[in-house]
Amino acid sequence: MAINREYAGRAFPASEPYEVSRVKIAEFASAIGDPNPVFRDRAAAQAAGHPDVIAPPTFAIVISMAAAGVAMAEPGLGLNYAMVVHGEQRFEYSRPLVAGDIVTAQPTITEIRDAGRNVMLTTSTEIKTLDGEHVCTAISTLVERAA
Amino acid sequence: MSEQTSDTVTYDAVVPGTELPVVSYPVTRLSLVKYCGASGDFNVIHWNERIARSVGLPDVIAHGMFTMAEAGRFVTDWAGPGAVVTQFGVRFSAMVVVPDDDIGASIEVSGQIEEKLDGNRVAIALTARSGDTKVLTRARAVVRLP
Repeated sequence: MAINREYAGRAFPASEPYEVSRVKIAEFASAIGDPNPVFRDRAAAQAAGHPDVIAPPTFAIVISMAAAGVAMAEPGLGLNYAMVVHGEQRFEYSRPLVAGDIVTAQPTITEIRDAGRNVMLTTSTEIKTLDGEHVCTAISTLVERAA
Repeated sequence: MSEQTSDTVTYDAVVPGTELPVVSYPVTRLSLVKYCGASGDFNVIHWNERIARSVGLPDVIAHGMFTMAEAGRFVTDWAGPGAVVTQFGVRFSAMVVVPDDDIGASIEVSGQIEEKLDGNRVAIALTARSGDTKVLTRARAVVRLP
């Protein structure tokens, strides 16, 4: 089944609120093998000038991919996930994600285009606090490889 | 690596063109299982060899985001605990194939100071290889030093 191009430009509703927790940040830091204390020790993070434990720079993917995943799973879009690899990723941060943040993530499919026999699908996901403060925009390009 | 960690990088001391020496980060099947759980990305190609091969891949491959995370670790280790990353972007140019053995694969990250920007920000161009293959291209981070 081909990807439905009519989804290009479609904005999806913001996710339910996501609470950034110290435990989840520490789990993520451990999974990437990063022992940096600013990702697990509140006192160390505060000594370095942060309000609390901060998240590693790629942590936002946990939030953006869950939200964008809802869009990717739309049956009408026709994406074959087993054929998908990650093509490009970019994060634009206003500030780091900090333990205690409660944020929502609002994805938009910004582009669907051909690249040879493959299809490239780009999403842009805005991560904001409940007060509307911008924290991060995560821009992901997925490649659906030709069968 | 801990020897690369520095509390002392200051904006004034940063010189464009400076090379940041290579650091090697291991990636095993266990790394990928942990990353699946921590990230919520359970795409079968990252843990199931049978399905990976059935969709034309050589073996299980690492999450692109795992490779990007190691490049991020390279940046935050260099910049020190008070720095914050304001922009970070990569293109995934090749797969990191992770064999089912006790060694796995490794990702070698190096960098170069690209330019100094306003607001105490520094742009770093990054290179990531696995074996002889460049696995990231157009990899660039901007950090704001304290």
